[in-house]
Amino acid sequence: MGLDDLYQALILDHYKNRRHHGELDEPTVAVDENNPMCGDEIHLEIRLEDGRLVGIAHRGQGCSISQASASMMSDLVAGMSTDDALELVDHFRRVMRGDEAPDEDRLGDAIALEGVAKYPARVKCALLSWMALRDAIGRAGAGGALTAAEATRGEG
Amino acid sequence: MSVAAPLDVAALRADFPILDRRDGDRPLVYLDSAASSQKPLAVLDAMDAYYRETHANVHRGVYELAAEATRRYEAGRTSVARLVNAPERGVVFTKNVSEAVNLVAWAWGVRTLRPGDEVLVSIMEHHSNIVPWQIVAEITGATVRFCPIAGEGELDLEAFHSLLGERTRMVAVVHVSNTLGTINPVRELAAAAHEAGALVLVDAAQAVPHMPVDFEEVGCDFLGFTGHKMLGPTGVGVLAARPETLEAMGPFLGGGEMISDVTTEGSSWASVPHKFEAGTPPIAEVVGLGAAAEYLMGVGMERVRAHEVALTGYALGALSQVHGVRTFGPSDPVRRGCPVSFTLEGVHPHDVAQFLDQQGVCVRAGHHCTKPLMRALGVQATARASTYLYNSEADIDALVQGLHGAARYFG
Repeated sequence: MGLDDLYQALILDHYKNRRHHGELDEPTVAVDENNPMCGDEIHLEIRLEDGRLVGIAHRGQGCSISQASASMMSDLVAGMSTDDALELVDHFRRVMRGDEAPDEDRLGDAIALEGVAKYPARVKCALLSWMALRDAIGRAGAGGALTAAEATRGEG
Repeated sequence: MSVAAPLDVAALRADFPILDRRDGDRPLVYLDSAASSQKPLAVLDAMDAYYRETHANVHRGVYELAAEATRRYEAGRTSVARLVNAPERGVVFTKNVSEAVNLVAWAWGVRTLRPGDEVLVSIMEHHSNIVPWQIVAEITGATVRFCPIAGEGELDLEAFHSLLGERTRMVAVVHVSNTLGTINPVRELAAAAHEAGALVLVDAAQAVPHMPVDFEEVGCDFLGFTGHKMLGPTGVGVLAARPETLEAMGPFLGGGEMISDVTTEGSSWASVPHKFEAGTPPIAEVVGLGAAAEYLMGVGMERVRAHEVALTGYALGALSQVHGVRTFGPSDPVRRGCPVSFTLEGVHPHDVAQFLDQQGVCVRAGHHCTKPLMRALGVQATARASTYLYNSEADIDALVQGLHGAARYFG
Protein backbone atom coordinates (compact mmCIF):
# COMPACT_ATOMS: atom_id res chain seq x y z
CA MET A 1 0.00 0.00 0.00
CA GLY A 2 1.74 3.15 -1.19
CA LEU A 3 1.21 6.72 -0.16
CA ASP A 4 -0.43 7.53 -3.49
CA ASP A 5 -3.22 5.03 -2.71
CA LEU A 6 -4.04 7.11 0.35
CA TYR A 7 -3.44 10.54 -1.12
CA GLN A 8 -5.00 10.16 -4.54
CA ALA A 9 -4.80 13.16 -6.85
CA LEU A 10 -8.54 13.78 -6.35
CA ILE A 11 -8.01 14.13 -2.60
CA LEU A 12 -5.22 16.64 -3.00
CA ASP A 13 -7.33 18.51 -5.55
CA HIS A 14 -10.31 18.76 -3.19
CA TYR A 15 -7.94 19.73 -0.36
CA LYS A 16 -6.46 22.58 -2.33
CA ASN A 17 -9.74 23.69 -3.94
CA ARG A 18 -12.45 23.05 -1.42
CA ARG A 19 -15.97 22.92 -2.81
CA HIS A 20 -18.77 24.52 -0.77
CA HIS A 21 -16.17 26.10 1.49
CA GLY A 22 -17.45 28.99 3.61
CA GLU A 23 -20.80 29.82 5.19
CA LEU A 24 -24.45 30.04 4.19
CA ASP A 25 -26.52 33.21 4.42
CA GLU A 26 -29.43 31.57 6.18
CA PRO A 27 -28.55 28.10 7.44
CA THR A 28 -31.29 25.95 8.90
CA VAL A 29 -28.76 24.25 11.17
CA ALA A 30 -25.09 24.76 11.97
CA VAL A 31 -23.02 22.16 13.79
CA ASP A 32 -19.46 21.93 15.06
CA GLU A 33 -17.72 18.61 15.26
CA ASN A 34 -14.19 17.86 16.33
CA ASN A 35 -11.99 14.84 16.56
CA PRO A 36 -10.78 14.83 20.18
CA MET A 37 -7.94 12.50 19.28
CA CYS A 38 -6.19 14.87 16.90
CA GLY A 39 -8.04 18.16 17.14
CA ASP A 40 -9.47 18.30 13.60
CA GLU A 41 -12.43 20.68 13.54
CA ILE A 42 -15.31 21.23 11.17
CA HIS A 43 -18.12 23.76 11.14
CA LEU A 44 -20.94 22.59 8.88
CA GLU A 45 -24.01 24.55 7.83
CA ILE A 46 -26.99 23.19 5.94
CA ARG A 47 -30.15 24.76 4.55
CA LEU A 48 -33.18 22.54 4.21
CA GLU A 49 -36.27 23.19 2.10
CA ASP A 50 -39.01 20.57 1.74
CA GLY A 51 -36.74 17.83 2.98
CA ARG A 52 -33.95 18.68 0.55
CA LEU A 53 -30.45 19.97 1.17
CA VAL A 54 -30.66 23.15 -0.86
CA GLY A 55 -27.52 24.58 0.69
CA ILE A 56 -24.42 23.22 2.37
CA ALA A 57 -21.16 24.87 3.43
CA HIS A 58 -18.25 23.94 5.63
CA ARG A 59 -15.13 25.43 7.10
CA GLY A 60 -12.62 24.15 9.58
CA GLN A 61 -9.11 23.08 10.24
CA GLY A 62 -7.66 19.71 9.68
CA CYS A 63 -5.56 17.43 7.58
CA SER A 64 -5.97 16.91 3.84
CA ILE A 65 -8.12 13.82 4.40
CA SER A 66 -10.65 15.54 6.67
CA GLN A 67 -10.85 18.69 4.53
CA ALA A 68 -11.03 16.87 1.20
CA SER A 69 -13.67 14.55 2.61
CA ALA A 70 -15.80 17.54 3.66
CA SER A 71 -15.46 19.01 0.18
CA MET A 72 -16.41 15.74 -1.54
CA MET A 73 -19.31 15.06 0.82
CA SER A 74 -20.74 18.56 0.30
CA ASP A 75 -20.49 18.20 -3.46
CA LEU A 76 -22.29 14.87 -3.34
CA VAL A 77 -25.21 15.70 -1.08
CA ALA A 78 -25.97 19.21 -2.35
CA GLY A 79 -29.54 19.07 -3.67
CA MET A 80 -30.23 15.61 -2.26
CA SER A 81 -33.19 14.70 -0.07
CA THR A 82 -32.19 14.24 3.55
CA ASP A 83 -33.23 10.58 3.40
CA ASP A 84 -30.92 9.91 0.47
CA ALA A 85 -28.12 11.86 2.14
CA LEU A 86 -28.45 9.84 5.34
CA GLU A 87 -28.36 6.60 3.37
CA LEU A 88 -25.22 7.78 1.64
CA VAL A 89 -23.62 8.70 4.96
CA ASP A 90 -24.39 5.22 6.17
CA HIS A 91 -22.85 3.63 3.09
CA PHE A 92 -19.71 5.77 3.38
CA ARG A 93 -19.36 4.87 7.06
CA ARG A 94 -19.60 1.16 6.32
CA VAL A 95 -17.02 1.53 3.53
CA MET A 96 -14.63 3.29 5.91
CA ARG A 97 -15.08 0.51 8.45
CA GLY A 98 -14.39 -2.08 5.81
CA ASP A 99 -17.89 -3.54 6.24
CA GLU A 100 -19.05 -2.84 2.70
CA ALA A 101 -17.56 -2.55 -0.78
CA PRO A 102 -17.66 0.99 -2.12
CA ASP A 103 -20.36 1.81 -4.67
CA GLU A 104 -18.56 4.03 -7.14
CA ASP A 105 -21.75 5.36 -8.69
CA ARG A 106 -23.00 6.63 -5.35
CA LEU A 107 -19.71 7.91 -3.93
CA GLY A 108 -18.51 9.97 -6.89
CA ASP A 109 -15.21 11.68 -6.08
CA ALA A 110 -15.38 10.26 -2.56
CA ILE A 111 -14.42 6.90 -4.04
CA ALA A 112 -10.89 8.31 -3.81
CA LEU A 113 -11.18 7.99 -0.02
CA GLU A 114 -11.51 4.22 -0.32
CA GLY A 115 -7.84 3.76 0.60
CA VAL A 116 -8.32 5.54 3.94
CA ALA A 117 -10.09 2.44 5.27
CA LYS A 118 -6.71 0.73 5.37
CA TYR A 119 -5.31 3.42 7.70
CA PRO A 120 -7.33 3.03 10.92
CA ALA A 121 -5.80 6.16 12.44
CA ARG A 122 -7.15 8.25 9.57
CA VAL A 123 -10.68 6.85 9.30
CA LYS A 124 -11.94 9.36 11.86
CA CYS A 125 -10.50 12.17 9.73
CA ALA A 126 -12.47 11.01 6.70
CA LEU A 127 -15.69 10.48 8.69
CA LEU A 128 -15.69 13.78 10.57
CA SER A 129 -17.73 15.85 8.08
CA TRP A 130 -20.10 12.98 7.29
CA MET A 131 -20.93 12.56 10.96
CA ALA A 132 -21.40 16.32 11.16
CA LEU A 133 -23.92 16.10 8.33
CA ARG A 134 -25.83 13.30 10.05
CA ASP A 135 -25.86 15.33 13.24
CA ALA A 136 -27.04 18.46 11.42
CA ILE A 137 -29.90 16.65 9.68
CA GLY A 138 -30.83 15.07 12.99
CA ARG A 139 -30.96 18.41 14.73
CA ALA A 140 -33.10 19.82 11.99
CA GLY A 141 -35.64 17.21 13.01
CA ALA A 142 -35.35 15.38 9.74
CA GLY A 143 -34.38 12.05 11.26
CA GLY A 144 -30.96 10.53 11.65
CA ALA A 145 -30.13 11.92 15.09
CA LEU A 146 -27.49 9.93 16.91
CA THR A 147 -28.88 7.62 19.52
CA ALA A 148 -27.02 7.79 22.81
CA ALA A 149 -25.51 4.37 22.13
CA GLU A 150 -24.24 5.41 18.72
CA ALA A 151 -22.82 8.66 20.05
CA THR A 152 -20.79 6.95 22.76
CA ARG A 153 -19.62 4.08 20.60
CA GLY A 154 -17.58 6.50 18.53
CA GLU A 155 -16.87 6.33 14.87
CA GLY A 156 -14.19 4.56 12.97
CA MET B 1 34.28 4.80 31.87
CA SER B 2 34.29 8.43 32.89
CA VAL B 3 31.11 10.38 33.39
CA ALA B 4 32.04 12.67 30.53
CA ALA B 5 32.44 9.86 27.99
CA PRO B 6 29.81 10.28 25.28
CA LEU B 7 27.27 7.54 24.67
CA ASP B 8 28.23 4.85 22.21
CA VAL B 9 24.85 4.94 20.51
CA ALA B 10 25.65 2.16 18.03
CA ALA B 11 26.54 -0.23 20.85
CA LEU B 12 23.60 0.88 22.94
CA ARG B 13 21.13 0.34 20.10
CA ALA B 14 21.98 -3.36 20.17
CA ASP B 15 20.21 -3.49 23.55
CA PHE B 16 16.90 -2.56 21.87
CA PRO B 17 15.60 -5.42 19.70
CA ILE B 18 12.80 -3.36 18.14
CA LEU B 19 15.34 -1.05 16.50
CA ASP B 20 16.25 -3.93 14.16
CA ARG B 21 12.74 -3.83 12.74
CA ARG B 22 12.51 -3.34 8.98
CA ASP B 23 9.39 -2.55 6.99
CA GLY B 24 10.43 -3.79 3.59
CA ASP B 25 13.90 -2.32 3.26
CA ARG B 26 13.14 0.67 5.48
CA PRO B 27 14.79 0.77 8.88
CA LEU B 28 12.76 2.06 11.81
CA VAL B 29 13.45 5.70 12.65
CA TYR B 30 11.71 6.07 15.98
CA LEU B 31 11.25 9.70 16.98
CA ASP B 32 8.30 9.40 19.34
CA SER B 33 9.92 8.56 22.66
CA ALA B 34 8.09 11.43 24.37
CA ALA B 35 4.93 9.42 23.74
CA SER B 36 6.51 6.13 24.75
CA SER B 37 10.08 4.84 24.76
CA GLN B 38 11.33 1.53 23.42
CA LYS B 39 12.54 -1.20 25.80
CA PRO B 40 16.00 -2.69 26.28
CA LEU B 41 16.59 -6.43 26.66
CA ALA B 42 17.37 -5.88 30.33
CA VAL B 43 13.74 -4.88 30.90
CA LEU B 44 12.23 -7.55 28.65
CA ASP B 45 14.38 -10.25 30.24
CA ALA B 46 13.62 -9.15 33.80
CA MET B 47 9.87 -9.32 33.16
CA ASP B 48 10.15 -12.62 31.30
CA ALA B 49 12.26 -14.17 34.05
CA TYR B 50 9.86 -12.91 36.68
CA TYR B 51 6.91 -14.68 35.06
CA ARG B 52 8.91 -17.82 34.23
CA GLU B 53 10.61 -18.21 37.59
CA THR B 54 9.02 -16.30 40.43
CA HIS B 55 5.44 -15.26 39.87
CA ALA B 56 3.08 -15.33 42.84
CA ASN B 57 1.02 -12.62 44.51
CA VAL B 58 3.00 -10.21 46.64
CA HIS B 59 2.82 -9.38 50.35
CA ARG B 60 0.61 -12.41 51.04
CA GLY B 61 1.83 -15.95 50.65
CA VAL B 62 3.83 -17.60 53.41
CA TYR B 63 5.56 -19.81 50.86
CA GLU B 64 9.01 -19.05 49.50
CA LEU B 65 7.81 -18.36 45.94
CA ALA B 66 5.56 -15.54 47.16
CA ALA B 67 8.36 -14.18 49.33
CA GLU B 68 10.65 -14.09 46.30
CA ALA B 69 8.01 -12.34 44.19
CA THR B 70 7.64 -9.77 46.96
CA ARG B 71 11.42 -9.27 47.13
CA ARG B 72 11.58 -8.64 43.39
CA TYR B 73 8.67 -6.24 43.54
CA GLU B 74 10.16 -4.29 46.42
CA ALA B 75 13.58 -4.33 44.72
CA GLY B 76 11.88 -2.42 41.90
CA ARG B 77 10.88 0.20 44.44
CA THR B 78 14.44 0.41 45.74
CA SER B 79 15.84 0.98 42.23
CA VAL B 80 13.27 3.66 41.37
CA ALA B 81 13.87 5.43 44.69
CA ARG B 82 17.61 5.43 44.02
CA LEU B 83 17.19 6.82 40.50
CA VAL B 84 15.39 9.94 41.72
CA ASN B 85 16.84 10.09 45.24
CA ALA B 86 13.47 9.72 46.94
CA PRO B 87 12.79 7.91 50.20
CA GLU B 88 11.78 4.33 49.45
CA ARG B 89 8.69 4.51 51.67
CA GLY B 90 7.65 7.54 49.67
CA VAL B 91 7.60 5.73 46.33
CA VAL B 92 4.01 4.80 45.44
CA PHE B 93 3.36 2.76 42.31
CA THR B 94 0.44 4.06 40.29
CA LYS B 95 -0.77 3.22 36.80
CA ASN B 96 0.76 6.32 35.19
CA VAL B 97 1.21 10.04 35.83
CA SER B 98 -2.50 10.68 35.31
CA GLU B 99 -3.24 8.35 38.21
CA ALA B 100 -0.46 9.90 40.31
CA VAL B 101 -2.03 13.35 39.89
CA ASN B 102 -5.51 11.95 40.53
CA LEU B 103 -4.21 10.33 43.71
CA VAL B 104 -3.10 13.71 45.06
CA ALA B 105 -6.17 15.52 43.72
CA TRP B 106 -8.50 13.10 45.49
CA ALA B 107 -6.59 11.99 48.57
CA TRP B 108 -5.44 15.52 49.38
CA GLY B 109 -7.48 17.91 47.23
CA VAL B 110 -11.04 16.74 47.85
CA ARG B 111 -10.44 16.56 51.61
CA THR B 112 -8.61 19.88 51.85
CA LEU B 113 -9.67 22.40 49.23
CA ARG B 114 -12.39 24.89 50.12
CA PRO B 115 -14.30 27.49 48.10
CA GLY B 116 -11.92 30.34 47.31
CA ASP B 117 -8.83 28.14 47.41
CA GLU B 118 -6.71 28.07 44.28
CA VAL B 119 -4.73 25.45 42.41
CA LEU B 120 -2.07 27.08 40.24
CA VAL B 121 -1.02 25.21 37.11
CA SER B 122 0.70 26.36 33.95
CA ILE B 123 -0.81 26.75 30.50
CA MET B 124 1.76 24.24 29.19
CA GLU B 125 0.50 21.36 31.36
CA HIS B 126 -0.41 18.02 29.87
CA HIS B 127 -4.14 17.33 30.32
CA SER B 128 -3.16 14.88 33.05
CA ASN B 129 -2.13 17.81 35.27
CA ILE B 130 -5.17 19.94 34.43
CA VAL B 131 -8.24 17.73 34.29
CA PRO B 132 -7.92 16.08 37.75
CA TRP B 133 -7.69 19.57 39.29
CA GLN B 134 -10.70 20.80 37.32
CA ILE B 135 -12.74 17.83 38.54
CA VAL B 136 -11.70 18.37 42.14
CA ALA B 137 -12.25 22.14 41.86
CA GLU B 138 -15.80 21.52 40.70
CA ILE B 139 -16.46 19.37 43.76
CA THR B 140 -14.78 21.64 46.31
CA GLY B 141 -15.49 25.10 44.92
CA ALA B 142 -11.79 25.79 44.46
CA THR B 143 -10.46 27.54 41.35
CA VAL B 144 -7.82 26.38 38.86
CA ARG B 145 -5.62 29.24 37.67
CA PHE B 146 -3.25 29.11 34.72
CA CYS B 147 0.17 30.71 34.51
CA PRO B 148 0.88 31.90 30.95
CA ILE B 149 4.03 31.51 28.90
CA ALA B 150 6.34 34.20 27.55
CA GLY B 151 9.35 34.55 25.27
CA GLU B 152 10.24 31.32 23.51
CA GLY B 153 7.68 29.32 25.43
CA GLU B 154 9.10 29.65 28.91
CA LEU B 155 6.89 30.00 31.94
CA ASP B 156 6.08 33.68 32.56
CA LEU B 157 7.78 33.95 35.96
CA GLU B 158 6.49 37.44 36.62
CA ALA B 159 2.95 36.20 36.10
CA PHE B 160 3.68 33.13 38.22
CA HIS B 161 4.75 35.22 41.19
CA SER B 162 1.73 37.50 40.86
CA LEU B 163 -0.68 34.55 40.57
CA LEU B 164 0.88 32.86 43.59
CA GLY B 165 -0.83 34.13 46.71
CA GLU B 166 -2.35 33.25 50.03
CA ARG B 167 -5.26 31.51 48.33
CA THR B 168 -2.91 29.18 46.46
CA ARG B 169 -3.00 25.77 48.10
CA MET B 170 -1.30 23.75 45.38
CA VAL B 171 1.15 24.53 42.60
CA ALA B 172 1.06 21.75 40.00
CA VAL B 173 3.58 22.24 37.24
CA VAL B 174 5.35 20.28 34.55
CA HIS B 175 9.12 19.85 34.78
CA VAL B 176 9.75 19.48 31.02
CA SER B 177 6.95 20.38 28.61
CA ASN B 178 6.03 17.46 26.34
CA THR B 179 5.10 19.93 23.59
CA LEU B 180 7.54 22.83 23.91
CA GLY B 181 10.45 21.02 25.49
CA THR B 182 10.76 23.91 27.96
CA ILE B 183 12.51 23.04 31.21
CA ASN B 184 10.75 24.84 34.04
CA PRO B 185 12.75 26.11 37.04
CA VAL B 186 10.96 23.71 39.35
CA ARG B 187 13.31 24.20 42.26
CA GLU B 188 12.70 27.95 42.25
CA LEU B 189 8.95 27.46 41.75
CA ALA B 190 8.78 24.96 44.62
CA ALA B 191 10.63 27.31 46.97
CA ALA B 192 8.32 30.21 46.08
CA ALA B 193 5.22 28.02 46.45
CA HIS B 194 6.32 26.78 49.86
CA GLU B 195 7.03 30.36 50.90
CA ALA B 196 3.41 31.13 50.01
CA GLY B 197 2.20 28.12 52.02
CA ALA B 198 1.23 25.96 49.04
CA LEU B 199 2.10 22.36 48.26
CA VAL B 200 3.93 21.52 45.05
CA LEU B 201 3.39 18.71 42.57
CA VAL B 202 5.86 18.30 39.71
CA ASP B 203 4.92 16.32 36.62
CA ALA B 204 8.31 14.88 35.71
CA ALA B 205 7.11 12.49 32.99
CA GLN B 206 9.46 14.04 30.40
CA ALA B 207 12.25 14.81 32.88
CA VAL B 208 13.04 11.63 34.83
CA PRO B 209 13.74 9.57 31.67
CA HIS B 210 16.08 12.15 30.18
CA MET B 211 18.06 13.99 32.86
CA PRO B 212 19.19 13.68 36.45
CA VAL B 213 16.21 14.44 38.70
CA ASP B 214 16.74 14.56 42.44
CA PHE B 215 13.52 14.58 44.45
CA GLU B 216 15.21 16.11 47.50
CA GLU B 217 16.92 18.78 45.44
CA VAL B 218 13.77 19.78 43.53
CA GLY B 219 12.14 20.19 46.93
CA CYS B 220 8.61 19.44 45.76
CA ASP B 221 6.01 17.57 47.80
CA PHE B 222 4.97 15.25 44.98
CA LEU B 223 6.89 14.06 41.95
CA GLY B 224 5.05 12.07 39.27
CA PHE B 225 6.61 10.08 36.43
CA THR B 226 5.80 7.03 34.37
CA GLY B 227 7.53 3.78 33.51
CA HIS B 228 6.91 3.45 29.80
CA LYS B 229 8.58 6.74 28.92
CA MET B 230 11.78 5.69 30.76
CA LEU B 231 12.49 2.36 29.05
CA GLY B 232 10.09 0.48 31.34
CA PRO B 233 6.76 -1.20 30.60
CA THR B 234 3.34 0.41 30.31
CA GLY B 235 0.93 0.07 33.21
CA VAL B 236 3.16 1.41 35.97
CA GLY B 237 3.88 4.96 37.07
CA VAL B 238 5.27 6.55 40.20
CA LEU B 239 4.22 9.13 42.73
CA ALA B 240 7.18 10.05 44.90
CA ALA B 241 6.60 11.99 48.12
CA ARG B 242 7.91 12.24 51.63
CA PRO B 243 6.49 9.41 53.76
CA GLU B 244 5.22 11.95 56.32
CA THR B 245 3.27 13.72 53.58
CA LEU B 246 1.67 10.47 52.49
CA GLU B 247 0.92 9.45 56.07
CA ALA B 248 -0.94 12.71 56.65
CA MET B 249 -3.21 12.04 53.66
CA GLY B 250 -6.33 9.90 53.62
CA PRO B 251 -6.45 6.95 51.23
CA PHE B 252 -7.29 7.22 47.52
CA LEU B 253 -8.44 3.86 46.17
CA GLY B 254 -9.77 1.40 48.70
CA GLY B 255 -9.46 -2.36 48.49
CA GLY B 256 -7.11 -5.20 49.11
CA GLU B 257 -3.58 -4.72 50.33
CA MET B 258 -4.07 -1.11 51.52
CA ILE B 259 -5.64 -1.87 54.90
CA SER B 260 -4.42 -2.52 58.38
CA ASP B 261 -7.76 -3.86 59.59
CA VAL B 262 -11.29 -4.09 58.26
CA THR B 263 -14.33 -4.48 60.48
CA THR B 264 -18.02 -4.06 59.87
CA GLU B 265 -17.70 -0.66 61.56
CA GLY B 266 -14.86 0.62 59.41
CA SER B 267 -11.27 0.17 58.34
CA SER B 268 -7.80 1.39 59.16
CA TRP B 269 -5.01 1.82 56.70
CA ALA B 270 -1.76 0.08 55.98
CA SER B 271 1.44 2.05 56.42
CA VAL B 272 2.83 3.94 53.44
CA PRO B 273 3.45 3.40 50.63
CA HIS B 274 1.10 0.39 50.68
CA LYS B 275 -1.82 2.52 51.85
CA PHE B 276 -1.87 3.89 48.29
CA GLU B 277 -1.44 0.61 46.44
CA ALA B 278 -4.89 -0.97 46.58
CA GLY B 279 -5.33 -4.42 45.07
CA THR B 280 -2.78 -6.67 43.44
CA PRO B 281 -0.20 -4.29 41.95
CA PRO B 282 1.40 -4.56 38.49
CA ILE B 283 4.16 -6.82 39.81
CA ALA B 284 5.93 -7.76 36.60
CA GLU B 285 5.73 -4.14 35.47
CA VAL B 286 7.39 -2.92 38.66
CA VAL B 287 10.10 -5.55 38.15
CA GLY B 288 10.55 -4.23 34.61
CA LEU B 289 10.59 -0.62 35.78
CA GLY B 290 13.23 -1.50 38.36
CA ALA B 291 15.35 -3.01 35.58
CA ALA B 292 14.84 0.15 33.50
CA ALA B 293 15.96 2.35 36.40
CA GLU B 294 19.07 0.17 36.87
CA TYR B 295 19.79 0.34 33.13
CA LEU B 296 19.54 4.15 33.14
CA MET B 297 21.77 4.42 36.23
CA GLY B 298 24.22 2.09 34.53
CA VAL B 299 24.39 4.37 31.49
CA GLY B 300 24.40 7.45 33.71
CA MET B 301 21.75 10.16 33.59
CA GLU B 302 24.36 12.91 33.09
CA ARG B 303 25.52 11.15 29.93
CA VAL B 304 21.95 10.64 28.71
CA ARG B 305 21.32 14.35 29.20
CA ALA B 306 24.58 15.38 27.47
CA HIS B 307 23.73 13.15 24.48
CA GLU B 308 20.26 14.65 24.18
CA VAL B 309 21.43 18.26 24.50
CA ALA B 310 23.80 17.63 21.60
CA LEU B 311 21.19 15.79 19.55
CA THR B 312 18.47 18.38 20.20
CA GLY B 313 20.88 21.11 19.16
CA TYR B 314 21.59 19.19 15.96
CA ALA B 315 17.86 18.69 15.33
CA LEU B 316 16.99 22.37 15.87
CA GLY B 317 19.81 23.38 13.52
CA ALA B 318 18.81 20.88 10.84
CA LEU B 319 15.11 21.76 11.04
CA SER B 320 15.88 25.47 10.73
CA GLN B 321 17.39 24.70 7.32
CA VAL B 322 14.15 23.23 5.99
CA HIS B 323 12.08 25.82 4.15
CA GLY B 324 8.73 26.42 5.82
CA VAL B 325 9.53 24.70 9.11
CA ARG B 326 8.68 26.52 12.31
CA THR B 327 9.85 25.02 15.60
CA PHE B 328 8.37 25.75 19.01
CA GLY B 329 9.99 26.17 22.41
CA PRO B 330 13.40 27.43 23.53
CA SER B 331 16.07 27.63 20.82
CA ASP B 332 18.90 26.87 23.27
CA PRO B 333 19.13 23.07 23.72
CA VAL B 334 20.58 23.54 27.20
CA ARG B 335 17.35 25.19 28.31
CA ARG B 336 15.07 22.51 26.93
CA GLY B 337 14.34 18.82 26.78
CA CYS B 338 14.21 16.80 23.60
CA PRO B 339 10.59 16.97 22.39
CA VAL B 340 10.71 19.28 19.35
CA SER B 341 7.32 20.41 18.04
CA PHE B 342 7.22 21.89 14.58
CA THR B 343 4.96 22.78 11.70
CA LEU B 344 5.67 22.64 7.98
CA GLU B 345 4.06 25.54 6.15
CA GLY B 346 1.18 24.49 3.93
CA VAL B 347 1.10 20.87 5.10
CA HIS B 348 -1.09 19.75 7.96
CA PRO B 349 0.82 17.95 10.76
CA HIS B 350 -1.19 14.75 10.22
CA ASP B 351 -0.19 14.71 6.61
CA VAL B 352 3.42 15.39 7.60
CA ALA B 353 3.33 12.44 9.99
CA GLN B 354 1.64 10.20 7.43
CA PHE B 355 4.23 11.06 4.79
CA LEU B 356 7.09 10.50 7.24
CA ASP B 357 5.62 7.12 8.18
CA GLN B 358 6.01 6.09 4.58
CA GLN B 359 9.73 6.81 5.00
CA GLY B 360 9.85 4.73 8.19
CA VAL B 361 10.01 7.85 10.39
CA CYS B 362 7.67 7.78 13.41
CA VAL B 363 6.62 11.20 14.74
CA ARG B 364 3.56 12.28 16.66
CA ALA B 365 1.05 14.76 15.22
CA GLY B 366 -1.80 16.45 17.00
CA HIS B 367 -2.32 18.50 20.15
CA HIS B 368 -0.11 16.28 22.35
CA CYS B 369 -2.74 16.38 25.13
CA THR B 370 -1.95 20.07 25.65
CA LYS B 371 -4.98 21.80 24.14
CA PRO B 372 -4.84 24.93 26.34
CA LEU B 373 -1.21 25.39 25.24
CA MET B 374 -2.16 24.87 21.59
CA ARG B 375 -4.76 27.64 21.89
CA ALA B 376 -2.19 29.91 23.54
CA LEU B 377 0.24 29.23 20.70
CA GLY B 378 -2.52 29.82 18.15
CA VAL B 379 -2.04 26.50 16.41
CA GLN B 380 -4.43 23.60 16.07
CA ALA B 381 -1.82 20.88 15.91
CA THR B 382 1.90 20.36 15.50
CA ALA B 383 4.13 17.49 14.50
CA ARG B 384 6.58 16.46 17.20
CA ALA B 385 9.89 14.63 16.96
CA SER B 386 11.34 13.40 20.22
CA THR B 387 14.59 11.56 20.75
CA TYR B 388 16.10 9.37 23.42
CA LEU B 389 19.41 7.78 24.24
CA TYR B 390 19.17 5.34 21.29
CA ASN B 391 18.70 8.05 18.63
CA SER B 392 21.51 9.45 16.54
CA GLU B 393 22.07 12.25 14.04
CA ALA B 394 21.19 9.76 11.28
CA ASP B 395 17.62 9.67 12.64
CA ILE B 396 17.42 13.46 12.43
CA ASP B 397 18.82 13.35 8.88
CA ALA B 398 16.06 10.90 7.91
CA LEU B 399 13.48 13.25 9.42
CA VAL B 400 14.83 16.23 7.49
CA GLN B 401 14.93 14.28 4.24
CA GLY B 402 11.34 13.19 4.85
CA LEU B 403 10.24 16.79 5.43
CA HIS B 404 11.74 17.89 2.13
CA GLY B 405 9.77 15.09 0.49
CA ALA B 406 6.54 16.05 2.26
CA ALA B 407 6.92 19.68 1.19
CA ARG B 408 7.29 18.55 -2.43
CA TYR B 409 4.45 16.03 -2.23
CA PHE B 410 1.83 18.35 -0.78
CA GLY B 411 3.24 21.57 -2.24
